[in-house]
Amino acid sequence: MSADVILFFLFGGLAVLGALSLVLQRHPIHSALSLILVMAALAVLYLLLGAEFIAAIQIIVYAGAIMVLFVFVIMLLNAGEEERTDLSRVTRYLGLPVATALLVETGWLLYRAWPGDVGVVPDRLVGRTGAVGRMLFTEYVLPFELTSVVILIAILGAVVLAKKER
Amino acid sequence: MVPVSYYLVLSAVLFGLGVIGFLLKRNLITIFMCIELMLNAVNLAFVAFAHSWEVLSGHIFVFFVIVIAAAEAAVGLAIIIVIFRNRGSLNVERINFLKW
Amino acid sequence: MTDWVTNHPELVIAVVKIALLLFVLLTAIAYVVWFERKVIAHIQARWGPYRVGPHGLLQPLADGLKFLFKEDIVPANLSSRFLYLLAPFLAVSLALLAVAVIPFGPEFEVLGTPTGFWIADINIALLFVLGVTSLTVYSVALAGWSSNSKYPLLGALRSTAQMISYELALTLSVIGVLLLAGSLSLREIVEQQSGRLWGVLPNWYIFPQFVAFICFFISSIAETNRAPFDLAEAETELVAGFHTEYSSMKFAMFFLAEYAHIFTASFLATVLFFGGWRSPFPETPFWQWTQYFPAVAAALLGAYFVLDTFRHAHSALHRGLMTLIGMALLGAGAVLALVPPLLLLVQGPFWFIAKTVAFLFVFVWIRATLPRFRYDQLMAFGWKFLLPLAVLNIIVTSLALVWPVE
Repeated sequence: MSADVILFFLFGGLAVLGALSLVLQRHPIHSALSLILVMAALAVLYLLLGAEFIAAIQIIVYAGAIMVLFVFVIMLLNAGEEERTDLSRVTRYLGLPVATALLVETGWLLYRAWPGDVGVVPDRLVGRTGAVGRMLFTEYVLPFELTSVVILIAILGAVVLAKKER
Repeated sequence: MVPVSYYLVLSAVLFGLGVIGFLLKRNLITIFMCIELMLNAVNLAFVAFAHSWEVLSGHIFVFFVIVIAAAEAAVGLAIIIVIFRNRGSLNVERINFLKW
Repeated sequence: MTDWVTNHPELVIAVVKIALLLFVLLTAIAYVVWFERKVIAHIQARWGPYRVGPHGLLQPLADGLKFLFKEDIVPANLSSRFLYLLAPFLAVSLALLAVAVIPFGPEFEVLGTPTGFWIADINIALLFVLGVTSLTVYSVALAGWSSNSKYPLLGALRSTAQMISYELALTLSVIGVLLLAGSLSLREIVEQQSGRLWGVLPNWYIFPQFVAFICFFISSIAETNRAPFDLAEAETELVAGFHTEYSSMKFAMFFLAEYAHIFTASFLATVLFFGGWRSPFPETPFWQWTQYFPAVAAALLGAYFVLDTFRHAHSALHRGLMTLIGMALLGAGAVLALVPPLLLLVQGPFWFIAKTVAFLFVFVWIRATLPRFRYDQLMAFGWKFLLPLAVLNIIVTSLALVWPVE
């Protein structure tokens, strides 16, 4: 059991626990915090995969800004706990089969994966930030500039939508 | 040596849990958070493959997914606020407009 | 067991460094409260803590004991008891985490293993610190919301909005330094600030990036909720803001976290703009005598303590303590002056600490001098002035870097 396998199972397990908690908790604020836990665990997994820049961006943008937005809205709207009701028909006839299908697929992947072939070795993190930055500004510069337009539109949309009518 | 398939299984489990939450939960914000969980699961798959095949385009794609998720979260939450203001509840079973 | 230890010396060294840094940092945070009270008092023409120990030096100890013995009250109808208890814990752990990547000095060798005056040297150190800063917003938001009371909630919402607004300006102002240094690793950024600029000034990033420094400094004052940006915790406005419902140790944790953030902001300002652990004097043989500054500083401080014993001391305890501390400092100064390897080792941390103390003084000075911002003035300043200024700085820096020089 080398260190990377232990770390993978530790943080992978943490991510799955967070996801379970997200689905099973009643109050949305607890779900939000579970999602932050999932994102933090995923950031560590990205570090294990050598994606240091993506791990940092995950923490700064996803866990540090997007989830703050979620927590803000939950706090402002004072969304209370969910009531316990029976499963609806949609859930029973669509949700559970889909969930079962996905779980079966997972099991099949696990069964196929046991002879570990293509390995993922957490090598020494070698300055990928520079390489990602260079690619963003040479090969993928058009999507990069387009995302700035998308964010501008999103800001405008959010401001216009959430404005109080006078 | 962690095989790629382990990361893929983890990604599938997280995605599956996101789908379950999306279909079972009744609070609008929680449903939205399950969408974010699904996006995160997909990001993990991208990064795992990027490492396994030693290309950086996986990282670039994850970057764009995160940015678009941010924009989507902003607009989605604005819409949720408007819905709450107009309907007074975040329960999706009470926001079935088409049945007036 | 012992041969595992000798085979992995880096782990032992890392543990020792962590323990040392935590001890020094926590003591420093306690004493920066003393420092702040003394400086504000002298600016306001009074004396500040004076009786508890010589020059009030035992005041932090007394405050710590007070916090320990206070009654720990947990309100009855909280929105969530778990979050109420989690918030101060989160605040302190995040505040102390950010210090792990700051380089306090150059690299050196201990028992044959190369190491340095830092706990971790990662090549995304700057992003790490920014990430930890963006996570501290949660401790404020959760503390305010879980208290289930209107003043904490309002204070938390205002404080959170303020912190996320100024976080943008902070991140953008740092990009100018990143463009010049070419690396996100803080150790690398300090290494790049060596040499002289135009022969006479040290090659620190404050000179090309003056605008960015102003932006960074103002944003970090706003990020740490310090005056004049402390509307969210002003007593006349919101009782005590997000930590109204907290008592004794939990309040002490928030207090500790706030001062740890001030330390982190000072450390970052030193590393990014003022050359970190580099001496402002050139490293030529002509200026070799400036290496004795640490020894002279220790000796002068020790002499002051010894000579002041009979002027201000109230009791035998004070006199004894002051004489003891004075003699210890004099001894340290003498040892430093006489043992050259030790003197060279101490150079880096000495200059780092000197610059950090200067920044702490400026933080406290600004608090004592400026009146508070109103909330809308605060938000307008962050979004409409600092953010465009930071973006302008990035544009000008990038243009200056790629402008074709014939």
